Parts: sequence; structure tokens; C-alpha cells
Amino acid sequence: MPWTKLQVESEEPEFDENAGDNARKLDFEKALFEALDQSLEYDPRVFAMGQGINDPQGMFGTTTGLFKKYGLERVFDTPLNEEAAIGIALGAAMAGMRPIVIHNRPDFLLMAMDQIVNHAAKWSYMFAGQVPLPVMIRACVCRGWGSAAQHSQALHGLFHHVPGLKIALPATAYDAKGLFISGVADNNPVLFFEHRWLYKHQSCVPEHMYAIPFGEAAVKREGSDVTIVAVSHMVIESLRAADELAADGIEVEVIDPRTIRPLDIETILASVKKTGRLIVADLAWTTGGFAAEVIAQVTERAFHDLTCAPKRVALPDLPTPAGYTLEQAFYLGAKDIKEAVLEVIRTKKVS
Amino acid sequence: MFLEMAKNDCAQFSVPNLTGEQTAEFLRKMLLIRVTELKIEELYHLDEMKTPVHLSLGEEAVSAGVCMHLRTEDAVFSNHRSHAHYLAKGGNLGAMIAELYCRETGCSSGRGGSMHLVAKEVGHWGSSAIVAGATPHAVGAALAFQMQKKDSIAVVFLGDGACQQGVFYESMGWAALKKVPVVFVIENNFYSVNSHLSVREANEYLYKRARAFDIPSCRVDGMNPLDVYASAAQAVSHARSGKGPFVLEYVVQRWRMHVGPGDASAQLYRMPEEFTKGYRRDPIEEFIAHVLKEGLLDSSRVQEIRTRVDRDVGEAFVFAQNSPLPDARDLTKYLFVE
Repeated sequence: MPWTKLQVESEEPEFDENAGDNARKLDFEKALFEALDQSLEYDPRVFAMGQGINDPQGMFGTTTGLFKKYGLERVFDTPLNEEAAIGIALGAAMAGMRPIVIHNRPDFLLMAMDQIVNHAAKWSYMFAGQVPLPVMIRACVCRGWGSAAQHSQALHGLFHHVPGLKIALPATAYDAKGLFISGVADNNPVLFFEHRWLYKHQSCVPEHMYAIPFGEAAVKREGSDVTIVAVSHMVIESLRAADELAADGIEVEVIDPRTIRPLDIETILASVKKTGRLIVADLAWTTGGFAAEVIAQVTERAFHDLTCAPKRVALPDLPTPAGYTLEQAFYLGAKDIKEAVLEVIRTKKVS
Repeated sequence: MFLEMAKNDCAQFSVPNLTGEQTAEFLRKMLLIRVTELKIEELYHLDEMKTPVHLSLGEEAVSAGVCMHLRTEDAVFSNHRSHAHYLAKGGNLGAMIAELYCRETGCSSGRGGSMHLVAKEVGHWGSSAIVAGATPHAVGAALAFQMQKKDSIAVVFLGDGACQQGVFYESMGWAALKKVPVVFVIENNFYSVNSHLSVREANEYLYKRARAFDIPSCRVDGMNPLDVYASAAQAVSHARSGKGPFVLEYVVQRWRMHVGPGDASAQLYRMPEEFTKGYRRDPIEEFIAHVLKEGLLDSSRVQEIRTRVDRDVGEAFVFAQNSPLPDARDLTKYLFVE
């Protein structure tokens, strides 16, 4: 498809420089492939399943050919039963396995809401921690090329509302591998949201298996004027905005929480204490979303550290339009983040 | 019409060869469920069991008869009407009653209540109150057993209501595709809350649905413990020998209302035929009459089993009533497993 070549990004932002001696530059998708490969190799209880997982395209290259190495018993295609797939993963986990379920799009997870919200999220609490459910559910947020309203939704906010789920949204190849491995290692249900536009991004990735602990934010860029909390692809957009703003003498701090549950609010609070200004850049809709939650928590806990009103850079409350001119108007990026920064900088400080 | 429907299509089985010990255990399981449920019903009005109870009175033969064929390592999956499945699989009685009293000593430490029982040590990994919710769990566990090269099987109990939910069909599809060792046990009591199956389905023969997946299935008189035992033997051995899934539909009578003791509004929702003489059957009394007649047990042994069950149930309630309540300071405990 032509859009895959047109709309992926390969500019490498400068971060993750201290990834270790044996680190190489790796694509985000290759980092995910390596994480899955190593997880399968490391633990015979791990298996991966998903609709189309063994296609030649291999889930955007993250699973390609793994069934040849591990056999169709451990890497297999599934029926189009989103609900049963998650329920089956939960049952297998109860019986001691560590399943990874891969869905092409978060949109399809809506078919499995009962198993995710009523079952996966409840099992630990309802049974007093006796029955662990080490299940990781992957889904890839899509954007562009007329994907329209049912193939482009970033739904982490919906799941973020539900206690009992852990949610990771990596932005870099390095984080993708480390968070993936943490997710597989976790004894609780984990939702792992990727973004289509991140797959060709490169960063330094160590060869060995490593885990990035959940609930530890990464300061992707240090700055003293404005704090930007961004997730997934919006981290890349924020870093771009930060580069441009630096040319104008404005130093923004970009914080990537990496996991939104658990959320490392302390790192965000510390940054806001320093900058006094907060912008949250999210992939999803504005109302009732992750951005709103971060602002609520900061406002509750550090109201007096804020020198002006916080701002959300998040999608308008609309289904995604298909048409490319409308898409352009719908999606937000570095330009919008930059404008938001300039706006809060211009705002007179509350004394 | 309804009575005819309930009797129709039930498969015929020859009388199983039960040893004296098997007979005693089967009877003990059924009586344990019966006596426990009656005791819950008797004490429920005191409002000390502050959790909705879905009683299995009348349906005891199915849980007991199926679980007679299961090993400790086999897994059972259950629903909101969960007491019977838990007890039949060998879940701790005291821990169940304590859960109904919402005590810290309950099987779910007072976090689950009556609809969410768990007995991990006997292969009961938690019941779901979303009626077909546990169905894919059973398929997943069976898939895991297959991957682990174990000869364990998974059994899921589901009602006629659950058979109307999509995930049941998705689950049968997977089970057939992967040929996993799972037995779907449908307890068809014809009522989803107060709605009769005839107003919910054009074709009430639920077992026939398995045919679309080439899964062997049959309909069985679930009020006849001998038929339950014989049919479950067939299904369990089919699954355990690697031949894949099996679907059993048991026609049963739910003696009580959907939730809670008694059946106060029975006249308002039940089919008129259900009030005719001879409709109501008691699987336990039928079984006792059979075993006495066949000399499998003598009356003193039957009495001995009754006495033991009465004593166990009495002790379980005392244990529960004297157990501590959860500490409110532990409210946030268990959201995640360590």
C-alpha cells in the first residue's frame, strides 16, 4: 500500500543515548520483534496469537516468521473472535501460561470489552490475588490514508478509566522493547498500545533482554519553561516542537510517562514545580481522556505550582474523518504543540 | 407443550455400574449441595449473608454427576449460580459459607461474594457472573493443558441464558478448531431470570447448536442422576482421550426463583404445566430409592451420609459466623497480583 511508505516516519529524535554498550540503532518494529522473539525463547509458557499474526506482513513486521522458529502451537493465527480470543488467553493464563494476544487495531478490542473489563480487570481483586492473569494484549493505533472512524481510534483513555489494567504506550524503539518485556513479565493483564507511525522510528536498543519498569516516566528532554506530558507518537511531535521552540529561546521539558497505569505522577509534579506550566499532548479525544486526568491530578496536588492554566493538545471530540483534507484538520502535531506552548508562555503568570 | 419439550430428545443411557464407594460419594455430593442451599435459604432472612444468592436446589445431580468424573487437576468454570459447581468440585465448604458472610476467611476473602467463588487448590479458578463469561476461559485452560501435554480437561457450566450469548459460539468454534479437551455443560432450566426459553429462542434444543461445529452433543434428563453420571462419563472420556470438545445439555428444574430464597412470584411467570401433579421431581430422592432398591447402599449408610453432611454444613456456618470481617484498611489490597 502506498501510504505505508508515505506516512511512516524515520527521522530519529535524539534520545536514549545511554542505552548501553551493545545497543544498536533499531526500528521500533524490529525492537518489538526482538522483544517477542526473546520472550518466546526465554519462557516456554509464553505464546502469541492474533488474527493474521502469521501473514507475510507479520503484524507490521513485529511477528514475521516467528511461527517457523517456535511452531504453530506457540505462534498462531486465530478466528475473528475478539471476545473469545481474550477470554481464551485469560483461561490459558489461569492454567499457567503467559499469552500475548495481538489485535491489529484498538477498535477491535471493543468487541472484547466484556473479557477485558468484566474479567481481566477484576480477577485479581475479586479473588483476593489468588489467580494471576499474566496476559498481554497488543493493539496498534492507526492514522491516516482514510482509515476513518473505525480503524484509527486511540482508546487507551477508555481502558485507563478501569482499575485493574496496566497500560503501556511506548514512543521509542528502546522503550518498546523494554516495556514489552516488562509487560510479558507482569503477572497482571497489560494493554500495550503501539502507534502505526512509530514503526520506522529508530533508537538505540540493546541486544539483550531488558525490562523498563512500569510506572517510571522518562524525561525525554529537559527544559525549564514549560512541561509537556506526551504519550506515544505525541512524544515525537513534542520533541519536534521542542527543537523549534529552542531556536526561539524557549526550553520545554518533555515527559513521557510510558505507562499511563501505573502513572508516574511524581515525575510530572516535579517538572511542573520547576516550570509552572503544563501541557498534555495525547493521541486521543479531549473530553474525559488521559490528558484531562493528568491535568486533574496535577491541579489537585500542585495547584500552587501552576503559574497559568494547563492546556490539552488532544483531538477534537469527533469520529475520525476519512477525507485527507479533513484528516489534516482533525489530527494534531508539532505545530499545535508549539502554538500551545507559545500561548502558555504568553499567559500572564498568576501571582 | 412445555413438558413435552422438556422430555423430548433426551438420549438414552444404560444404568452405570457404580461401586458402593462411588454411589456414596455421588450421594454425598448431591446432599452436600442440597443441605447447604437449604441452610442458606433458612438463614437468609436474617440478612447476615449480604450477597445475592442464586440457588441450585433441584439441579444438584448435574454438578455432582459431572464432577464425579473429574480429577483434582481438571478445571471447572462456573457462573453466578456457582455454589453447586464449587462444592461438587471439592471446594472448601467453610470458605464458601464464609464468603457468603463476606468474611476475610471466605474463599475470596470477602471480595467476591456468592457469585465469585474460587478454590484454586481443586481446579476452580474463579466464577464469573457474566453468564457466558467463563466459557472462553474453559477453552483457554483446555488449550493450555494441550500445550502442556497434560491429560487434564476443562469443564464449563453454563445455563440456557448463556447459550444466547455470542461468546459461547465463538468458544465452541475455537474448541472444535483446536480440538481441545473441554466439556460444555449446559444446565437448561428454561429460565433466564423469569423469561422462559420459549419466548427467547425459536429452537429450544440447545445441544443441536454444537452440530454446526461438528462437536458431539446430546440432551440428557438432568433430573435423573444415573443418566447424568452415564452421559458425563462419555463426554469426559471423549475429551480426555484427545477427541476434542463435547456438549452436554441437561434438562433441569430450577426450584427457586432466579435469585434469593423461595419462589414467591412463581404463579406469575412459570408455565401452567409446572404446577401439575408429577411435574416436580427430586433427583436425590430418585437416586436414594434406586440405590436402596439395587442394594448399592443400605439405609443406615444413607443415613450416615446424611448425618455427616448435616454436621459438616452446621460446622461451616458456625465457622463463617465466627470469622472476622475484612479490615477496611485493606480496601485497596489485591487490585493487582504482586
